[in-house]
Amino acid sequence: MKKIINDPATVVADALNGMAAAHPELLRVRTDPALIVRADAPVTGKVALISGGGSGHEPLHGGFVGAGMLTAAVPGAVFTSPTPDAVQAAIAETESGAGALLVVKNYTGDVLNFETAAELAGLEGADVRAVIVDDDVAVKDSTHTAGRRGVGGTVLVEKIVGAAAERGESLERCEAIARRVVAQVRSMGVALTGPTVPHAGEPSFTLGEDEMEIGIGIHGEPGRRRLPMERADGLVAKLLEPILEDLPFAEGDDVLLFTNSMGATPLIELYGAHGIAERLLAERGVRVRRRLVGPFTTSLDMQGMSLTLLKLDDEITELWDDPVRTAALRW
Amino acid sequence: MGCTATDMIGALHAGAATVSAHRDELIQLDRVIGDADHGENMDRGFRAVVAKLDTAVPETPGAVLKQVATTLISTVGGASGPLYGTAFLRAAAAVGDALELDGPAVAAALQAGLEGVVARGKAVAGDKTMVDALIPAVDAAKAAAADGAAPARVLALAAEAAHAGAEATEPLVARKGRASYLGDRSAGHVDPGARSTALLLSAFAESRSV
Repeated sequence: MKKIINDPATVVADALNGMAAAHPELLRVRTDPALIVRADAPVTGKVALISGGGSGHEPLHGGFVGAGMLTAAVPGAVFTSPTPDAVQAAIAETESGAGALLVVKNYTGDVLNFETAAELAGLEGADVRAVIVDDDVAVKDSTHTAGRRGVGGTVLVEKIVGAAAERGESLERCEAIARRVVAQVRSMGVALTGPTVPHAGEPSFTLGEDEMEIGIGIHGEPGRRRLPMERADGLVAKLLEPILEDLPFAEGDDVLLFTNSMGATPLIELYGAHGIAERLLAERGVRVRRRLVGPFTTSLDMQGMSLTLLKLDDEITELWDDPVRTAALRW
Repeated sequence: MGCTATDMIGALHAGAATVSAHRDELIQLDRVIGDADHGENMDRGFRAVVAKLDTAVPETPGAVLKQVATTLISTVGGASGPLYGTAFLRAAAAVGDALELDGPAVAAALQAGLEGVVARGKAVAGDKTMVDALIPAVDAAKAAAADGAAPARVLALAAEAAHAGAEATEPLVARKGRASYLGDRSAGHVDPGARSTALLLSAFAESRSV
């Protein structure tokens, strides 16, 4: 393992300190428990939008803290959910009088810890709701698993609901919009290499030079199938097909296409893949109206990518277009 | 003879001692089908519970339960922290401000705890989780309370049923949590959460003279 770190035990804290130094106008950082909070929080009269989860997916979530997106992010250890007291601290720190909405990726640890925090905050009289993101079509949703994982779609939920909160929409409205986005977003990922967790020192899994793993999550967990590596055209088609079939997305639909790098796949490859996805969608008559390309939901230093499709309507499109000012996303 | 805040604090000290004594066993159980931290996490949590009870002494059973809940939630971590924490939290809500709990109140607290774990973790009977120990425990507690049993007897019968429930998880294939990824390989081992639930109930029951 070669990483630019001092000590695996301090990786998260060091990154938070660096973030605070890099973006003093956007955010402030707390330690013990670790929190990333909007510089101007609490924002009076506006719903607090809070997300979080294990670290290692940067810029998710801290990179999305700022005007028009998250009010606070709660980072746990690498690939490990934060505990409820950290989430409660974020709720308390951003308490604005308009309530709080928690955006939670569907992993057992995240769901248990965030929902427990919401319940505890409720006992203290706070109005807190939670929305679970489960956009990964690779996982068969059944009674035999913990259900579909939350992956790239989380970024879109945070941007769109963040805009609604910034407009001053009520907690009920923000929650309803979040649920609508979750219902209309689907993702699928592929890995060319496994990620290396700093304290583990070696990759979570290894793939041969001629192999790729389709349907991976964002923690180095195994995917749906291990297949022979192929050219970009075939790889992108294998990601797109299961997404299109799942909702399904049909001819005439307006969509947002989000082409995401898992951390180590460079933009030159990502743009190539995005172009292929655009062409395949055009061939099916699915109209790409909005785009996002870049490393926004990563898995440390994993080579790979994911595609996310969101079915658009007028309201969601307008909220997507609203201004945003965060470390990782701004327009 | 009811269960007061003092009785409950005694029970929690006994629970912490039991968890500590069985720490390695719980780690072993979790090593084979989970991530080998259950004994460590539970021991850390219950050490914190008794440390907190030594510094802040709540005056009602409900206040004791709530303090235990918040301590477990902030110290255990993983999935067990929220699950055990929620069990104690819902039990606290169920007993309210009463100064002393009778048999039916103890049974109602156990039932509320079970409902909290199910609401949080979504597990059902047969999923190979702590719920497989709690369901029979609650059934036994309710039956005993309906027969007029005192809290000690209610807990003793609940503990007995919980141990039988925990043993019965051995042949099951896990459908929840990290063990569910093992599929058939999770069979042949007692679920660590079911085991710790049974151990705690035994300790609570044995700590009481009545």
